[in-house]
Amino acid sequence: MVAKNRIKEGDVLLELEDICMYFGKVCALADINLKVRKGEIHSVIGPNGAGKTVMMNIINGLYHPQNGNIYYKGQKINKLRPYQRAKLGLARTFQKVEVFGGMTVLDNIRLGRHIHLRSGIFSGSAYIGKTAREEIEHRAFIEEEIIDFLEIEHIRHKAVGMLPYGLQKRVELGRALALEPELLILDEPLAGLNLEEVEDLARFILDINKEDRWRVTCLLVEHDMGVVMDLSDHVLAINFGNTILDGKPEEVQNNPEVIKAYLGDEDLYATRA
Amino acid sequence: MELFLMALTNGIMVGGIYALVAIGWVLIYKCSGVLNLAMGEMTLIGAYISLTFYSMGLPFLLALLVSLIIGLLLGILTERVFLDKLIGEPALSVIMVTVGLSFFFRGTIELIWGTDTRVFNPPVFSIEPITIGMISISEVYLWSFVAAIILLVIFVCFFKYTRWGLAMQATADDEMAALSLGVSARFVYAAAWAIAFMAAGVGGTLLGNINGLNISVGYLGLLVLPAVVLGGLNSVPGAIVGGIAIGILQNFTGVYLDRFFPGAVKEVAPFAFMAIFLLFKPHGLWGWERIERV
Repeated sequence: MVAKNRIKEGDVLLELEDICMYFGKVCALADINLKVRKGEIHSVIGPNGAGKTVMMNIINGLYHPQNGNIYYKGQKINKLRPYQRAKLGLARTFQKVEVFGGMTVLDNIRLGRHIHLRSGIFSGSAYIGKTAREEIEHRAFIEEEIIDFLEIEHIRHKAVGMLPYGLQKRVELGRALALEPELLILDEPLAGLNLEEVEDLARFILDINKEDRWRVTCLLVEHDMGVVMDLSDHVLAINFGNTILDGKPEEVQNNPEVIKAYLGDEDLYATRA
Repeated sequence: MELFLMALTNGIMVGGIYALVAIGWVLIYKCSGVLNLAMGEMTLIGAYISLTFYSMGLPFLLALLVSLIIGLLLGILTERVFLDKLIGEPALSVIMVTVGLSFFFRGTIELIWGTDTRVFNPPVFSIEPITIGMISISEVYLWSFVAAIILLVIFVCFFKYTRWGLAMQATADDEMAALSLGVSARFVYAAAWAIAFMAAGVGGTLLGNINGLNISVGYLGLLVLPAVVLGGLNSVPGAIVGGIAIGILQNFTGVYLDRFFPGAVKEVAPFAFMAIFLLFKPHGLWGWERIERV
């Protein structure tokens, strides 16, 4: 990836500018602004129905907002389709896991390499020269790094649809990592997991962000306040499509309006602290 | 015994052609969930195109190649013009569009090529049967079978070992996730229709070589329906097994039941079989069953 070097740590990687999104007359997002800086974990919080997932779908390209602009590395990407954005280094996971249930774990993750495979159908079927070399390199990356990193060695040949939910989430994360993304959108990665699984996955997210091998900027949507406050560099709080506050975790945590809209009393966010 | 073996081999051979067309059908269903009822007409179009070029003096294989290329273009065109807008619409409306397409194709064929039976002239394959042991097979059947098998192998390899095959499966499984991985769904759909058109074209050309070509060959193309239902709508190996099974079934009923029910028992049998089979295995042999996890 040549483009990877163009942007320095701390520069704005993704910017949303005055995003408005309507479904019929319902305003899902109103004038949302967001700047995600490279190297950070930027979280988005808000009550259910606040528009968090809509926002992720807009960034990912599944929805196209009526108003506003999206910039990725300074390039306007409003009109790009999801698969084109994926090629720019934008990967995501979904709130309800969207894995390819009929395929094995390995095939799921391999699909994440799709955009990195250059050889065509014909040389691809011949398995010689460039293709063979490419195949070996990708395999090493998938098997040694991703599978090893996520500790899913033992299930690599199992069909994903048969796995427990927590492991499916991990496979989905692995598949997104296989794209070698620069920005990773994590839409409620911890929802529906038990305490142990939450701890594991939070550790993976932190590693993905901080470890030199990955250094992936993360945009995290999450309800688990303990995790959000621990992991994030910045937090954006929204409610009914409006920004309440975008700032450091402590500021957000202590902001009365955020507390009123979302955090509620002290107990609620202390559940997993 | 000899009669039995004859019927069996002939059934397998014709079944190979059905399997080929069935794969094209399964491909479309697999990646877009569309039940394509225009498949019979698609076999006709490919067959007529290769017949036309063959009659113009092109060697048979070259004529077939030209029909493949035109099939590819027609497939992409059909998807772009008629079906692209329907992505995400209810399956029923898409199915109705394919019914409309089948009438449209049929009418166009009759306009261009008329309704008379046409034959490949001079015959591509010799009429002399080849005798192996106690069974004799006509050359058309044998070559059709060989061609069908070669193409089947190519298709299966394409699915299993290329990234585009994997991408197609992925799109079928979960379009949203496939998009987020950089797979262009539009490309996948267009490719599926192109491949289906090409497979149908080869199947039609081979069928046309057996008994000559007229509109009713299109009904043979529709025999893929019982074949794929038997195999399970979205299984490639299922389509192969189903196609061959339908071929055998047709030949057996033709040989053994025709004297009791003279007429078209051969044509009806596959559909009757399909109806009964569905009572017992509603998902076919290898179809996806929805598993509910609690």
